[in-house]
Amino acid sequence: MAFRPIANTRSVTGIPTGRLAIWWVIGSEIVIFGGLLMSYLMFRLAHDEWAAHAANTNTAIGAFNTLVLLTSSLTAVLGHKAAEEGNGPKAAKMLWLTCLGGATFACVKAYEWSTEIAHGFTLTTNSFWGFYYTAAGLHALHVIAGCIVMLIVANKARKGIDLHHVELIGLYWHFVDLVWIFLFPLLYIAK
Amino acid sequence: MSAEAHAHPNYVKVWAILVALLAVSVIGPEVGDATGIQAITLFTAFGIAIVKAYMVCKNFMHLNVEKRYIVYLLTTCLVFMLLFFAAAAPDVMKTEGTNWTKPLVLTAPPAHHGEDAGHGDSHGGADAGAH
Repeated sequence: MAFRPIANTRSVTGIPTGRLAIWWVIGSEIVIFGGLLMSYLMFRLAHDEWAAHAANTNTAIGAFNTLVLLTSSLTAVLGHKAAEEGNGPKAAKMLWLTCLGGATFACVKAYEWSTEIAHGFTLTTNSFWGFYYTAAGLHALHVIAGCIVMLIVANKARKGIDLHHVELIGLYWHFVDLVWIFLFPLLYIAK
Repeated sequence: MSAEAHAHPNYVKVWAILVALLAVSVIGPEVGDATGIQAITLFTAFGIAIVKAYMVCKNFMHLNVEKRYIVYLLTTCLVFMLLFFAAAAPDVMKTEGTNWTKPLVLTAPPAHHGEDAGHGDSHGGADAGAH
């Protein structure tokens, strides 16, 4: 039997340590994104003129990306279900589909940003666009990082190794989806 | 009950409801703008976002069957977020209070690129454009 660090296997807290670690990551991410979104909200409420800036964001693209992330969350949780059933190849397939969703999101975001930058809306145009690029950019980085880790987990799951990791990366991915659920109305709808 | 021993909900059905809610959150604000009733916009945009977040937490993250202290852990982080808002919002959103007045930042400043709110907002051809 291959050596496994004890921290990966013990569960004195009542849940596997790996999952506890992911919950801690999510807790810290709540503070990071929460602080950012709350700051945005404060400035948005204090500056009515931000509505005019927000009117320049593309709601259709934002809605499409929300649909993509919701769908990728579905495939992530179906992967978790398959892993629980011990079906590694199916779990890997679902994670690949989730990655496809993440890649689609990133590509659409790249197109959206290049269009906005071409129209002169950049990070330094004003505070609204500063918040927009910071919040959406930080979120996009989480999407890309999630996809990279998910490919590694999928590769192992395909061979039936560490199937419990499928749930862990899924939890992270659902959190990334949650952040977007709030970013979408804040950046694209509230005009 | 641990998350290991739970029945899986119908995930496709949950996803379909989430997509339907997404459609409402896009159409609702349009209706709100057309009718001039801002409450419709607020409810359909942010109220539905909260409902969607609840559904993802419950059905996809399985927080309803996770250990209770995980819920307390996440709630504590959310409370810190609200504390931050409560503590910082008066400085950002108010211009005066007891024994203090914030210098007016919305008056037209000298044009410097990269300045902050009230400065940057007043310049730049990009502000006039739309796409």
